[in-house]
Amino acid sequence: MRLSLRNDFMADKRSVRSGTFARLKNDPTIRSRTFQILTALVVVYFFWTIFQNTVDNMERRGISTGLGFLSSQAGFGIVMSLIPYNETMTYGRTFWVGLLNTLLVSSLGIFFATLIGFIVGIGRLSKNWLLSTMSAIFVDTFRNIPLLLQIFFWYFAVLRALPGPRDSIELWDMFFLNNRGAFLPSPVPEAGMNFVWFVLLAAIVGAVVLYRWARKRQDATGQLFPAIRVGIAMVVLIPAVVFLALGSPMSWDVPELRGFNFRGGISVIPELGALLLALTIYTAAFIAEIVRSGIQAVSHGQTEAASALGLKRGTTLRLVIIPQAMRVIVPPLTSQYLNLTKNSSLAVAIGYPDLVSVFMGTTLNQTGQAVEIVAITMLVYLTISLVISFLMNIYNKAMSLKER
Amino acid sequence: MSDSAQAQVIRPPKVDRGVIGWIKQNLFPSWFSGILTVVLGYFIITSLISIIDWGILRANFVGSTAADCSGGGACWVFIGTRMDFFIYGFYPEAEHWRINLVYLVFGLIIVPQFFKAVSSRIKMILGIFGVTIFPIFAFVMIYGSETLGLTHVATSQWGGLTLTLILAYVGIVAAIPIGILLALGRRSDMPLVRALCVVFIEFWRGVPLITILFMASVMLPLFLPDGVTFDRLLRALIGITLFQSAYMAEVIRGGLQAIPKGQYEAAEAMGLGYWRSMGLIILPQALKIVIPGIVNTLISLFKDTTLVLVVGLFDLLRTVQATIVDPAWRNVATEGYVFAAFVFWVFCYGMSRYSQMLEEKLHTGHKR
Repeated sequence: MRLSLRNDFMADKRSVRSGTFARLKNDPTIRSRTFQILTALVVVYFFWTIFQNTVDNMERRGISTGLGFLSSQAGFGIVMSLIPYNETMTYGRTFWVGLLNTLLVSSLGIFFATLIGFIVGIGRLSKNWLLSTMSAIFVDTFRNIPLLLQIFFWYFAVLRALPGPRDSIELWDMFFLNNRGAFLPSPVPEAGMNFVWFVLLAAIVGAVVLYRWARKRQDATGQLFPAIRVGIAMVVLIPAVVFLALGSPMSWDVPELRGFNFRGGISVIPELGALLLALTIYTAAFIAEIVRSGIQAVSHGQTEAASALGLKRGTTLRLVIIPQAMRVIVPPLTSQYLNLTKNSSLAVAIGYPDLVSVFMGTTLNQTGQAVEIVAITMLVYLTISLVISFLMNIYNKAMSLKER
Repeated sequence: MSDSAQAQVIRPPKVDRGVIGWIKQNLFPSWFSGILTVVLGYFIITSLISIIDWGILRANFVGSTAADCSGGGACWVFIGTRMDFFIYGFYPEAEHWRINLVYLVFGLIIVPQFFKAVSSRIKMILGIFGVTIFPIFAFVMIYGSETLGLTHVATSQWGGLTLTLILAYVGIVAAIPIGILLALGRRSDMPLVRALCVVFIEFWRGVPLITILFMASVMLPLFLPDGVTFDRLLRALIGITLFQSAYMAEVIRGGLQAIPKGQYEAAEAMGLGYWRSMGLIILPQALKIVIPGIVNTLISLFKDTTLVLVVGLFDLLRTVQATIVDPAWRNVATEGYVFAAFVFWVFCYGMSRYSQMLEEKLHTGHKR
């Protein structure tokens, strides 16, 4: 009955809208297919035109294509490199030098920005008026000034304005700061140091095992064991005792003024210092806001319930507030980490040899292989983005609410 | 207990009220907090003293040459003498009135938006004028037109704060419609359209703006047929617009997702087609929710405009960079950066306060 009615209705409709074209025009499936085919054609045509134009233009300008340039000699020096590098090496090597420098400044920046961001974010919620006001001023100031301007400020107005090597600012004759950078003593391991490292590793493993055991015992019997404190004591004290017992098998290579500059030790070039300072402070201001809103997102009833259970303020924070706040904090925190990594490319403006500066800058200028180099560089950043968001998604899944 | 004792008024303890009480509660609630207050207070006072001493007490404000900066503090004279360059860049001085006129009209559009007395109808008309006729007017005024008797000024002469504002304005006005289309596309039922939009958005969001600007300046000329050339400013604008539209799309998608499914169904039940149901029912609600998000995108766009200096454009920061190396002035880097930072800060902080205000105003639901 219902079916026949429906058929009548359809037949009726068909007779009103005469013609097959009208019927096809109003069929959603056909409409969407037609539209998608048209879109596909436009997109293919667009990319084909670009491809043709590029090939024509490159032929006309005599630019060779392909990745062959990666194995020819670079012939330019790089001021800072984590892997051995000199002018006789290839363009492929400059890529790795740049990439490692980008990863170095990004990971240092992420570490320090997280640290400062959490301190400032928690400070903003402090009952201490002075601390919360200072934190708010920190956030509102540094969030609203362009990062590039902050990089320039630290580089040109602060670090390059420091005195020269002869009048360095020094601390205990071991740390030096001048307009060529910061110079720190570097550790030189001697015989027996390997054994200390081994003991340290064993102590860390021991601490983890201890923590697991304490957790299990607490779950089973309810008895508390100060696993974290004992663990930290283990990791610090045991290697220290072994280190001293072996007669301190490590010496320090202290930087020394020779000629016009310092030699020996670890040197931090001012470009790295300025970039790191600016990235850290700028991102920390954003992270502080994320941390604050994450903590405020935990309902006040949780705090009240915790204090009704007799938990102390510190314990409440550690066991009740932070685990719940982390769920709100982690997704935006991830995007801040991604932003920091992408922002590290501003290094090119002050000449820190990161991927963009070395590869997309000098290498591109010397070889003229714009398409390949821009594509490789963009691919690297896309990969870093995808890897970080993939790792954070795993963490997010582990932290998410487990409903039973 | 006798009656007289009960009648006795017990005064509140003095230490919990008034100034002393406030200090006790907010600065010295516990001994750890108290130590923190003392240490922080010491640093704040010492740094404030040296900042005031440098920036005001020993600073020089009036004058015209480097010799007028004799106080040993900040040399604000430098900022004053270079102000025209910071605002107009290399724009010919005789034509500055044209830019000033654009600023005036822009002010007439923007300022009424902040007043409650102005009816929302006028605000809307001004807003529509601001995104349609105003850009054309501003372009004709700044670029010049032979028919109107305005001399032609090449884009390479544009600069300073004016260029920064042009980049931000064009970026936002162009990015919103593209962003809306991308956001709709990402939520489309058509798999091909959805896939294209996802790839587009994630690609531009995954790479740094600086690589996009490099790409726009070195690769765009290769993409175009022989003989067609793009202005350098236009190339940067294309790069910025593509980059921002991807971010804008994600902001708007958040708004689209927040609209309950019933609204989509109701629109369909009314017999509205896709575009009409989006344009009349969904987008007006979705865009209202995401106005704060759009303003935040605008703030980050405004800060990102400084990046155009890597492709050789003279924005505000670049003009400051170019003048502070002038050997006629002793070291004025700090003054220059402080000035530029202040200008950017005023704009960005103002916009973020405005977005917070809007959020409060548009929050018509329940408040906890």
